[in-house]
Amino acid sequence: MTAMCDVAFLLLTFFMSTSSFVAQEPVAIATPSSISEIKIPETDILKILVDSKGKVLFSLDGQENRKELLKKMGEKYNIEFTDQELKAFSVVGSFGVPIALMKTYLAMKPEDRDQAANIVGIPSDSTDNQLRYWIGYSRQVNPKLVIAIKADQTTPYPVVKKVFGTLQELKENRFNLITSLEENPIK
Amino acid sequence: MAEVNTDSGSSKKHGKKKRKKLSTRVDLTPMVDLGFLLITFFMLATSLIKPQTMEISMPSKDKVPEEEQTKVKASKAVTIILAKSDSLYYYLGGPEDGKDPEVLTSNYSGNGIRQVLLNKNAGAIKQLNELKAKKAKNLISEEDFKKEVIKIKGGDAGTVVVIKATEDATYKNMVDILDEMNICNIGMYAIVDINDYDLGLIKNHK
Repeated sequence: MTAMCDVAFLLLTFFMSTSSFVAQEPVAIATPSSISEIKIPETDILKILVDSKGKVLFSLDGQENRKELLKKMGEKYNIEFTDQELKAFSVVGSFGVPIALMKTYLAMKPEDRDQAANIVGIPSDSTDNQLRYWIGYSRQVNPKLVIAIKADQTTPYPVVKKVFGTLQELKENRFNLITSLEENPIK
Repeated sequence: MAEVNTDSGSSKKHGKKKRKKLSTRVDLTPMVDLGFLLITFFMLATSLIKPQTMEISMPSKDKVPEEEQTKVKASKAVTIILAKSDSLYYYLGGPEDGKDPEVLTSNYSGNGIRQVLLNKNAGAIKQLNELKAKKAKNLISEEDFKKEVIKIKGGDAGTVVVIKATEDATYKNMVDILDEMNICNIGMYAIVDINDYDLGLIKNHK
């Protein structure tokens, strides 16, 4: 019994120390595979998610950073966010709503936010490129940011190209594409 | 199950001198249960696999004056066009003397475009392998190795790949082709917007 107890707690300690919790993403994304073995950093990361239908979602790490970001976006689009809304936003994982709907989105219960109907996608067309400002202000809030794009295998390329284009406009010419690992056929 | 054995009743008769030793064994079962419960929780809630990432650098959108643009020798260039439903066209070089280059089809498998690129890039790969052998014998330092790799990839033996994706291509196609660049050790490649000329080429090919 003692031995078993020892093993159990050893494993427990191992899992506790190595764990990083899976952040729930509101959309299912199957990333394509590549032979690249570069790991993605855990902190200071800005993720742009693109689902198979081409909806763009956004996530930034750091609660304080997110608060700051929403304040700046509010100033830009003349929307005043209350402290309560800022607090709600600071715990949001990834979101995909236009800034005009942000207030209603934040007023929802956290479990309702991830429902498919509430994920509209962030406008990223040239007529109304909100994604551009989200990224631009994130960079101001946290200059150390690493930008990563996580898109689905079946995402049409034009959507991804639009995101690439937005990043290029912002002179963010180095970024990461999140992929899953595949074995290198030629060693 | 969960009682602590404090067997003291029977020893009272014999007075204080002959008191039986108290058992110090505590039942550990609940604690182990709890331990395993927590293990299960942590196992389910964690992701041990960190996602991989592929770094890419895009050219800046600033206009570069004509004379500063790097001209690519037609003999070094391969143009790959990503088309709909996972099909793929490529041609070597560019239009010569007003004649269109020969457009060929291929696919994303190991025998498809990879072989084309490996053949095209054979010179650079040979040099890279020689360099790696040197590195394995510790003849050159890590820094020199990296410098040499960049030199070979950009050198005369290197290949320049231009990737053009049509509207019908998927993100997977793009990642696959970027991956082929890494597999085939191609140092210079660019993602370029597709133009009418290339669209015409693949249209005529069908």
